[in-house]
Amino acid sequence: MTHSNATPLEAEAYEPVFTGETLKRLEALYPKYPTKQALLLPALWLVQEARGWVSEAAMGEVGTVLGLTPAYVKGVVTFYTMYHTHPVGRHFIQVCTTSPCGLCGAEDTLQAILRESGCGQLGATSADGRFTVVEVECLGACGFATPIIVDEDFIESVTPERVPGILARYQ
Amino acid sequence: MADQPLVNVTIDGMPVGVPAGTPIIEAAKRAGVLVPHYCYHPSLPSPAVCRMCLVEVEKMPKLAPACVTTVAEGQVIHVNSAKAKAARQGVLEFLLINHPLDCPICDQAGECELQDYVFQEGRSGTRYEEYAKRYNPVEDFGPDILYVANRCILCTRCVRFMDDVAKTPVLNVSERGDRAFIGIDESQLLDHPWAGNVVDLCPVGSLLSKDFLHKARAWDLDKSASICPGCTQGCNVNLDTRDDVVVRIRPRPNLEVNRHFICDTGRQDYRWLNRGDRIEAPLVREDGRLAATDWDTALDHVAALLESRPGPAVLLASGRAGTESLGLVKRLLGTRTHVAAVKVPIGDEAPLPGVPNLALRRERVPNLRGAELLGYTADWKRALSALPEAGLILVLDADLDVDEQAMLERASGAVVWFGTVLSDAWRRADAVLPVTNMAEENGTYVNRDGRVQRYHQAKGPVGMARPAWWAAGEVLLGRGPNPTAPATGEEAFALLGESWPAFAGLTYAELGYTGRVLGSVPAAEVTA
Amino acid sequence: MGYPHPSHPRETVVLSKHFGDPAARTFQGWVQRGGYQAIRKALELGREPLIEMVKQSGLRGRGGAGFPTGLKWSFMPKDDGRPHYLVCNADESEPGTFKDREIMRWTPHQLIEGCLIEAFAIRAERVYIFVRGEFTEVFPILERALQEAREAGAVGQNIFGSGVNVDIVVHRGAGAYICGEETAMLNALEGKRGNPRIKPPFPAQAGAFGMPTTVNNVETLAATPHIVNNGAEWYKGLSLGNPKSTGTKLFSVCGHVQRPGNYELTMGFPMKDLIHDLAGGMRPGRTLKAVIPGGSSVPILTAEEAEKCLMDYESIAEQGSMLGSGGMIVMDDSTDMVKTIWRYTKFYAHESCAQCTQCREGTSWTARVLERIIAGQGKPSDLDLLLDLADNMTGKTICVLSDSCAAPVVSGIKKFRAEFDAYLSGSRAPALQAV
Repeated sequence: MTHSNATPLEAEAYEPVFTGETLKRLEALYPKYPTKQALLLPALWLVQEARGWVSEAAMGEVGTVLGLTPAYVKGVVTFYTMYHTHPVGRHFIQVCTTSPCGLCGAEDTLQAILRESGCGQLGATSADGRFTVVEVECLGACGFATPIIVDEDFIESVTPERVPGILARYQ
Repeated sequence: MADQPLVNVTIDGMPVGVPAGTPIIEAAKRAGVLVPHYCYHPSLPSPAVCRMCLVEVEKMPKLAPACVTTVAEGQVIHVNSAKAKAARQGVLEFLLINHPLDCPICDQAGECELQDYVFQEGRSGTRYEEYAKRYNPVEDFGPDILYVANRCILCTRCVRFMDDVAKTPVLNVSERGDRAFIGIDESQLLDHPWAGNVVDLCPVGSLLSKDFLHKARAWDLDKSASICPGCTQGCNVNLDTRDDVVVRIRPRPNLEVNRHFICDTGRQDYRWLNRGDRIEAPLVREDGRLAATDWDTALDHVAALLESRPGPAVLLASGRAGTESLGLVKRLLGTRTHVAAVKVPIGDEAPLPGVPNLALRRERVPNLRGAELLGYTADWKRALSALPEAGLILVLDADLDVDEQAMLERASGAVVWFGTVLSDAWRRADAVLPVTNMAEENGTYVNRDGRVQRYHQAKGPVGMARPAWWAAGEVLLGRGPNPTAPATGEEAFALLGESWPAFAGLTYAELGYTGRVLGSVPAAEVTA
Repeated sequence: MGYPHPSHPRETVVLSKHFGDPAARTFQGWVQRGGYQAIRKALELGREPLIEMVKQSGLRGRGGAGFPTGLKWSFMPKDDGRPHYLVCNADESEPGTFKDREIMRWTPHQLIEGCLIEAFAIRAERVYIFVRGEFTEVFPILERALQEAREAGAVGQNIFGSGVNVDIVVHRGAGAYICGEETAMLNALEGKRGNPRIKPPFPAQAGAFGMPTTVNNVETLAATPHIVNNGAEWYKGLSLGNPKSTGTKLFSVCGHVQRPGNYELTMGFPMKDLIHDLAGGMRPGRTLKAVIPGGSSVPILTAEEAEKCLMDYESIAEQGSMLGSGGMIVMDDSTDMVKTIWRYTKFYAHESCAQCTQCREGTSWTARVLERIIAGQGKPSDLDLLLDLADNMTGKTICVLSDSCAAPVVSGIKKFRAEFDAYLSGSRAPALQAV
């Protein structure tokens, strides 16, 4: 639930994210917002881009950089579903299954992806660490059922037949 | 205040006029109508999230949240109409679908707002059958606070208190939807000096005090309006007692002093009120030894001592003594040269940033100002240095350390000790009078802003103890053919005005439950 | 155009003219296609006449609420001296709606120009385009377009040499449907949880960072350059039904049609024709059963009701639903209505922000009851329970997410009761394993 489930990864030394190039990118955003707090969502995206997920230590670092408490940052991180609070596979697959896509075969596409990726279950990472698959809500591409997102690639009109070819592109 | 034009509205048939900008929920209080609510609190910003306070306002298409809807001229408001009640019943049902039926094991039972409103207007049975309730484990939030997540109704009062009043955002709402819970980061626990207030703010038994956990049932408690004896702020409190033992101190609202809050230091410092190692009978020295006796004998002995020992005097008093006791004991000194001092332990200040003029004060006694008004000094060292020359030494329950005890031992004057607890320090005394502590008597304290506030007796005295003001009053005025010694705290207080003009004309009735600032407008001229 | 299909002759192609044309994405490409004339005209016209023109055009918010746009712009203070903000709502997450992504990925400059026009009108020197985090394709396209626009002096200090400053910043959302609600979006922009705010105060008085702010949808903004170029009368003239619904709208048609896509139509176009003609009608052997005309938050229409509708605010309201975002979900007779509605309630339960008791608890409870029904474990009293819960969830909360959850449930039970009864009586086999 909260801190009682801290992962063993926390025990290793934490390398700050906001150094060098990443810090420059964050600082370039400062003049675009009237408050430091408004940089929170962009900063969290930078963390996820650098590390693949947002750890508790990273939340603390973001808090320190922006002048926010770790608890505050955590409250924001856990509100938004796109920030991962634990490590995920090398490639993260989001599959839309809301009703408009549901009407157009999203369930079958999802099952095909779960099989083909080796994940088997929603939220699980495949044994080879390659994929994690989750079900998401409407991706705003209902006319192109079923849309999926793999990492930062938005892929439209995915049918079960297309799944193996698509997944093969992601090693 | 009388100059502001009032907005006139009707609430459940009761016409009431309130200043512009008043939310309906406050206007309703003036009309004697309680609008049930959870997330609203007069000392917190209003988010209008619990939706309990929805009221029907004629001509408005939807029910209005009374906590954030301000009054408008001519509004006709129904708090208890069928529509409003149905909406409330809906909210209560929704709250109960995941809220566990923990009443038998929950500390809040008996003082729980969920219990109260469900009993008053909830459904008698649930329609949420055969479904699992959300489960989250109990969390330890820090020094004194447990979070029982299952019981939380997400009113967010605790989060808003830490964010906006304590200005230390260590609590958050985590997750979304019905998965949401109150979260904390383990790197920054709930150890703020005022954090204990979240337990009072929590309407249900979700945030609990570990100190009070499973200690007593709310309906077994007696409450007495009192003043926190922890520092010069003078926060208003209730002492909760069960079977004559103080089991809890909680804040009592006073918008001029502490609003709805007390600090954790005051909250947790009540055990000394229950000490059992008390002086149980008056003692007088005969043949070199202290022997127990009755009050009359003891008082006669003290009166004789006062007469037989002229010369300068020293009065060493505890800063926890009430104004009545401080005043009447000091009067025993008559016209002698004297040094009267209160002992003031010093600690760190801990302000509550969101409330002006509210802090745990450095001076950790409740009646420093009262003592000063009566001519006491805080210069303890000066008093100690006057001991060798003193012909008479009075001690009013002061807590003497080892060195101070030694100084007292070496002094040659007569020592009359008004004391609560057993100690080695008074073995030197010529007379020892057992007195009550502040939970066992009626009295007053004057806080740092000059506000005189009453504290009410919460439990019975131990042994033969009587208030110090009573004993001093008996010596001063109780001997002779026409005794006029004060029999009540109220009478003792009235006597203060004779010797100290600052208190002239004030009565207990005028002090009420919120006190009165000395030198402020007399009671008769202050509007409600 | 009916992208991804070729334009249908019965469409009125204005916003979607260049969908599918990658060359339209560049600054030069857009200028060649007639872009960046309108902003120059607007700058010359002046703020008050500009706002008046938008008012006269009858343009209404295309995100779902349909609030008159010119009127919204006029709420902004004129002389307060405080910074003003324009926030473009690109958080498109209403199930069934997929038009804003097309506008942004094919014609980013159309949106940018609309932002410049409105920013000038409302005295905003900073525009935030709040794009939902899942629109991964859009971000590089939009950033590149902005970069080009800055280099060309169209965005930034002294745009087009006018002395007016308008800076545009793209702000990425992080996965929350509720951030499409304008005050929740402001909170997300400010670095907070995306909780809707109580109103009053309204954004025009205290919006982003406490300053006067207007929030408008992508499609609404994209329409403004065309209004400036062609005039209010022209836009007003594009109306086939009620004169209060003017201009064109992109209707995102999805579900059981042969040609799902975005169809740009003059307001008042017959829904029957949109479904059966432009969008290619039913799949072979299938008949129309139900239509959700404006995104999943509006009541479901039966086929009969739908075929009576014109595509405008008033006509659809007359039939008991709403135009909303124009996200049209078409369902044929193969549809399991109960299961479809259940999945919608799961969506709302997932997206509830957790502030209001009715929404936080009610959406999940509703979803659970429906889940039991389709698992064959429903009780006859469940339908009355669902209707009562829906009533408790309607008109009682800070925002309308819980009302939106109630809408498909209430209309579904009312109009497709037999399907619910079939599950309850056991005459229909369970669609899920027992819970």
